This record gives sequence, C-alpha cells and structure tokens, in this order.
Amino acid sequence: MYAQLVDTGAKRLKTLEEMSPEERAFQEKIDAEIKIEPKNWMPEGYRRTLIRQISQHAHSEIVGMLPEKNWLTRAPNFKRKLQLLAKIQDEGGHGLYLYSAMETLGADRDEEVAKLHSGEVKYSSIFNYPALSWADMGTIGWLVDGAAIVNQVVLQRTSYGPYSRAMIRICKEESFHQRQGYQILLHMMQNGTDEQKAMVQDSINRFWWPAMMMFGPHDSDSPNSAQSMAWKIKRMSNDDLRQRFIDQTVPQLEFLGCTAPDPELKWNETRGHYDFGEIDWTEFYDVVKGNGPCNRDRLRTRRKAIEEGTWVREAASAYAAKQKQKNAAA
Amino acid sequence: MNQNQALFEYLLRLGDSDMILGQRLCEWVGNAPALEEEMAIGNVALDLIGQARSWLTLAAEVASAAELEAAGRSADDLAFTRDERAYRNLLIVEQANGNFADTMARQYLFDVWHYHLLSALSGSADERVAAIAAKGLKEVTYHLRRSSAWIKRLGDGTEESHARMQDAIDEIWTYSGEMFIADEVDNLLAVAGIGADLNRLRSLWQADVQALLAEATLNCPSMDEYMQRGSKQGLHTEQLGFLLAEMQFLPRAYPGASW
Repeated sequence: MYAQLVDTGAKRLKTLEEMSPEERAFQEKIDAEIKIEPKNWMPEGYRRTLIRQISQHAHSEIVGMLPEKNWLTRAPNFKRKLQLLAKIQDEGGHGLYLYSAMETLGADRDEEVAKLHSGEVKYSSIFNYPALSWADMGTIGWLVDGAAIVNQVVLQRTSYGPYSRAMIRICKEESFHQRQGYQILLHMMQNGTDEQKAMVQDSINRFWWPAMMMFGPHDSDSPNSAQSMAWKIKRMSNDDLRQRFIDQTVPQLEFLGCTAPDPELKWNETRGHYDFGEIDWTEFYDVVKGNGPCNRDRLRTRRKAIEEGTWVREAASAYAAKQKQKNAAA
Repeated sequence: MNQNQALFEYLLRLGDSDMILGQRLCEWVGNAPALEEEMAIGNVALDLIGQARSWLTLAAEVASAAELEAAGRSADDLAFTRDERAYRNLLIVEQANGNFADTMARQYLFDVWHYHLLSALSGSADERVAAIAAKGLKEVTYHLRRSSAWIKRLGDGTEESHARMQDAIDEIWTYSGEMFIADEVDNLLAVAGIGADLNRLRSLWQADVQALLAEATLNCPSMDEYMQRGSKQGLHTEQLGFLLAEMQFLPRAYPGASW
C-alpha cells in the first residue's frame, strides 16, 4: 500500500445517463472487467488519478530504499547483507517499472520526480519513520512489505492494464521480501540473546501503528475512494484492506512470541475478525503533512542525489550527442 | 611460508578487495545520479560482495584444513570481525567515494586489473580458485564494460565532466601501482601455477588503460610516478578504520549473537 489519499478530482459519481457516449462506453468496459490499455480512450480524471497513484507508488519504492540503506552498510553477515542489497535492488526495479507504467499515460518521469521533490506529490507515510536497529530490517520486510502486498494483491486486478501487469510481477518479489523479513525476526526470537529479542519487540512496537496507517484514512474519511472504486483503480476499501492485513498478521505475531502495542487487539468470534484499537489520526496527518521524524531527511537525500548528479547526466547526453554526430559523419 | 599459508593470505587479499569495494559501493545506494545508475551500482556491489564471500569461504576452508592460526573461523568471522591491520584489501578500494567521477575512476582502474586477474586465475592449478575466478569473470566483464563506458562519457562529455574525470584519475593514480607489486606470497603461488603473474598483468593493464584514457580524451599519468603501497602488510590509509567500524558494528557490539 504505497499510495495514500489519491485525489480523483471527482466530488461525486456520475450516473451512466449523465455520461457522454465515450464515458459510458469506457465505464461499461470497466464494468465488464476489460482492461484499459494506453491507446484506449479514457476520461481525463481517470488518467490523472492513475498518474497520481502510480507516481506515488513509484516514489514510495524509491524513498523506501532509504530506511534500508541506513542498515545496508551495517548488515551483520554475508547472508543478510546480500539479501538486503538484493531487496533494495528489487525496489529500485519496481520504481523503474512503475515509472514506465506511468509514462504510458503521457506523464514524464523527470516532471513527476520534480513534483515529489517540491513536496507536491507524496510517498507512503511509512518511510518517514526511522530505521533505528537491525531488527527494523526484519520488521520493515514483514509488516511494511506485508501491508503493501495485501493492497497489491488486490491491485493485480486494477483496471489499467500496464499497472495491473506491473503489480503481478511486483507481488512475486514482495512476498519473497516479506518472508525474508519475517525470517530475520524469527531467527532473532528463536536463536537470539535477550538483547536481540528485546530489539525485535521494540521494533514491532515502533512500526505496528505506522504500518496500520499505510492503508490510509477510514472509508468514511476517504472522499476519493468512491470514484477510484467505480473506475476499478482501487478494488477494496481502506478499512477492508486493513482488516485483512490484521487478520493475517496477528497469528504471525503470536508465532514470533511477540506482542502488539494495542491493548484492544483481540479475536472477535462473532465478526470472525480481530478487533483493534483506533489509529492516532493526528499523527497520521502530521506525518502526511511533512512532520514525521524523517520527512525532511528523506526529501533532502533524494533532492541532493538528483542535483549532484546533474553534471553526470549532462555529460552522458553530451557524449551521446557527439557519438551520434560521429556516426552520422562516418 | 608454506603453500597453504601463502594461499590463505592470497585468498584474503582477493576477498578483502572485493568486500571493501562492495561496501564502498553500498554507500551510493539512494545517492546515485540516476535511478538506472542506482541499479547498476547496486548490482556491481552485489557481485563483489558475493565474490568476497566465495573467496573468504575458501580461505576459511584452507585455514581449517591446514590447521593455520585462523582455523575454525568462518567467512563471516573473517569479514566482520577482523581488524584493520589484518585486512588485506588494496588501498585503492578503500578510498572514499568522492564524486561520481572519483568513484568511476577507482572502479575502472580496479576493474581492468580485476578482469585480467580473474582471467589468469580461471586457469589456476587449484581447481577451487579456478572455479571462483571463472564465475567472477563473467560478472567482472560487465563491470569493466560499464566503468569503461563511464570513463568515456565523462572524459569526452562536457568541459566540466572532463575536468572532474581528469582530476579523479590524477588523484587515484597513486594507488594503482600497488596492484602489481609482487611479494613472497605472489611469487610462491605464481611458480606453483596457482596465482597470477603480476608482471604480465601490469603490461596488459597498462595497454588497456592507456588506450581507453586516450579514447576518452584524458591524459594518462605515468606508471613511474610515486605509488602508495602497504596493503599486503595490512598498512592502510586512514579511510579503512571508519569503514570497518561501520561494517562490523553489529558483530562487535553483540559478540556471540546470531543474526
């Protein structure tokens, strides 16, 4: 779940009667589960919403590399170091793949990245939390990638063809990351010292609620969801996704021998789901607005990378132009 | 010094250079000039750390089989707990990343050497060495192609990139000569057909580097300039201690912990 609060620009849904013939044909195609492809006609709002959602998703993959990078140079052994580096590589690949899907909608990667850097476009709030111990490399894989998968599994059926296909591929790698993350924690809980076990519990305490926030506001506070659902860009509501995630995560938490920092978390026999406490929405909106512990650092790092690389990219373009000229002359 | 002692030492040198350069490249993650470069740098780091693991695993096996002083230590122990004076990586790989031109200059000069070294070791009389070298050579062939391309792009790109690339070559050059200084270990293993002949490597390296720098419109410094040395005796620059302090933090802060 790397896209939160995606604006659709629609105040309310149009009925089929209110739609133009083009819009109606489009909506009927969506309703018949026929994928929309880049060259098909689409409403401007659909195109813009997708660009926002896919770019947010791509930015999240790229910014999401940073908390892991914080421990990459301190990974404790060969196995973990190679795993973590490979995971970060996968995330960069997901970013590239998603930017390409986004470009099929007529958007430009550099322009969208500039919007990220100016703060106009967001990335997932989760990456504004710091990675403070090695256990966080496990928790991020388990909870953060885990939450992302719950959303992305559903997005495999999203209505836009290139996005759907990107999700299918990305899901395979994400589930691998989740298992790796869980295994990091399990190893520490089963073979670790008391200090290591405490490190795991502390990490879960810090990431539990931010992971729950990844699914975005309650459905009742999510004004853009109805249009996104009608267009089948979104396929399940925020609250349903969050419930699904909690239901599948709690047994894993118990198997670890750890607890969640939520006194209200308990199985509800009647509902057939876990009940859980209320998210601190003030914190959520503070982080989204840029006041999380790492918002400034994350953006500064990304901006610096691109700014300091300007002369490198210019040189590459100049060299390519020279080569083209030489080849034309030959 | 017997052959096993020499081989152990030789394997540490191979593994340590790969490890330290891989660690330096990890520092680029999140900071590369373009997303595509982010991926490429990470891939090279992944290859190098993988190769380090192979060499140090073999080093650990040799140490245990021959009952050397390091017997009983694993590849992880060798990489993540050995101190600075016991590290055997070339001085060139521990140098700080600097700007992208500095990183590429360091990479290219190392890659040319690495490529010819692994080509030679692919024919090693020790089958274990030959197997690791042959596998690594495939990866290093790509590393060299990529760093060569960047030397040309930056050397023959813009005025700014040319100046930065030339500075980078001039700055790192003093660490290149050490790659060809043979000691007792090198000589013993070269005679046994296990190690590489460093004199031969030197002329291959020189020809390649001179040709590529010329193509990139860059000046190639002389190989007769003063060259820094010391890594084969574990005498490093001040850079290495900090790198190891970071890389070895967890195993040192939590001795005996399993990760």
